[in-house]
Amino acid sequence: MAEAILTLSSLHKQYGGLEVLKGISFNVMPREVIAIIGASGSGKSTLLRCVNLLEIPSSGTLSFDGVLIDFSKPERLWRRGLSLRRLRTRIGMVFQSYNLWPHKTVLENVTEAPIRVKGMARAEAVDIARQLLARIGLLEKCDTYPSRLSGGQQQRVAIVRALAMSPKLMLFDEVTSALDPELIGEVLDLMATLAAEGMTMLVVTHEIAFARDVSTRTIFVDGGRIAEEGPSREMLTSPANERTRQFLRRVLHQPVSASARP
Amino acid sequence: MSDFINPVERAAAWWHSIEEYLPGMLESCAIVVELTAAVIILSWICGLVAALGKTSTHPVLRWPCEFYIWFIRGTPTLIQIFIVYFGIPQLGLRLSPFTAGVVALGVSSGAYVAEIVRGGLSAIPKGQTESAIAIGMSARQCLQYIVLPQVVRIILPPITNEAVTTLKNTSLLSTITIVELTLKSEMIISYTFRPFDFYIIAAILYLAMTTSLMSTATWIEGRLARRY
Repeated sequence: MAEAILTLSSLHKQYGGLEVLKGISFNVMPREVIAIIGASGSGKSTLLRCVNLLEIPSSGTLSFDGVLIDFSKPERLWRRGLSLRRLRTRIGMVFQSYNLWPHKTVLENVTEAPIRVKGMARAEAVDIARQLLARIGLLEKCDTYPSRLSGGQQQRVAIVRALAMSPKLMLFDEVTSALDPELIGEVLDLMATLAAEGMTMLVVTHEIAFARDVSTRTIFVDGGRIAEEGPSREMLTSPANERTRQFLRRVLHQPVSASARP
Repeated sequence: MSDFINPVERAAAWWHSIEEYLPGMLESCAIVVELTAAVIILSWICGLVAALGKTSTHPVLRWPCEFYIWFIRGTPTLIQIFIVYFGIPQLGLRLSPFTAGVVALGVSSGAYVAEIVRGGLSAIPKGQTESAIAIGMSARQCLQYIVLPQVVRIILPPITNEAVTTLKNTSLLSTITIVELTLKSEMIISYTFRPFDFYIIAAILYLAMTTSLMSTATWIEGRLARRY
């Protein structure tokens, strides 16, 4: 049995008196693609942001690639600032609003972190970036600025920017939610390719069809807790939990196909 | 002068009477430029630090910066200059007029720069820093490579305005014996008794300096704007 790449155990997150995550525990095995679904406000994005420590959990432990962090001892976290950064370099994150850096060209967006964070030689970083951009068919855009690209192109560059750090785990936070319906496909296709190549992925999504067809496992988050989890195809076609059923009915109850979101 | 009938001769005579003072005035312009450059550099340092402090979540960092900005913006610049030049020596630290002037104006302008920078910082979407932090950049790298280059472009027009104000404010330093353009003009007037001529000349020289400052800024702005 392979060892889990990521282990969360009883992760809690509070903002003042508001408890957003009420004890989340799960393992992620290498090459697994996990879809995290749930209503807005259920805590699924917070959960994702806790994994690469954009939000520091209030308590619980997180173990990634052999590094264990215990959040009940916050004073140790400060001293471990550097190792938190090192952890982040091995976890790629893609955001809903792309968050490309507008003052840098497409190529510079991709090479910036390898050069500044990893200390990679510029020539090598450029080489890697060009290969990645060629893969997504955007090599000819490498000297343009992000504002000249479509949303789908920007999001694919954002994915490539994360891949340039050769992460062991990729986090996707509702990456198609800000896109025009006709641009969603190209981004999902790229994610499906990554999944097929064996990238370990945690995907917060509203694309139920994508979750069903691409992810290996689905986690349904409700009210800050995992309400149900299981193999995606099974769980999304015949959910055991009544809350999951209700949620899926609401999400899928649309006259058009599931991927065309309102 | 009224003895001259020919206007050309009159003009020549006027020019002759002015001419000998011009090198001195131009020299004092050089002092204005030196003062302005030093003050601008100091004000940017003070402004950046105070802006970052004021936006910090740590009260220990935030509180002094808030006090600094509040104090400077609420008191006359001239009083601030007097505090530094006349006040501080009473505590035992003697500053040359030039040093005192640069410190007083730099710290003073810094508070205004801080508010400009703070506005620029708040215009950068949170996602910009988040994606930088998420990919492993340190707070300093994020500031240096992601945030500040974007802030610079946003704040260039108001920061230019502040630089022009700084240049004009150097005339306040005439009160602490720095022979910059204003004090130089006053000295010339005190023995020529021709305030109209020399204040107008001083104004023209100030205009020349502020105009070149503004057109330099416009040029930089154009270069930055074309990129993205």
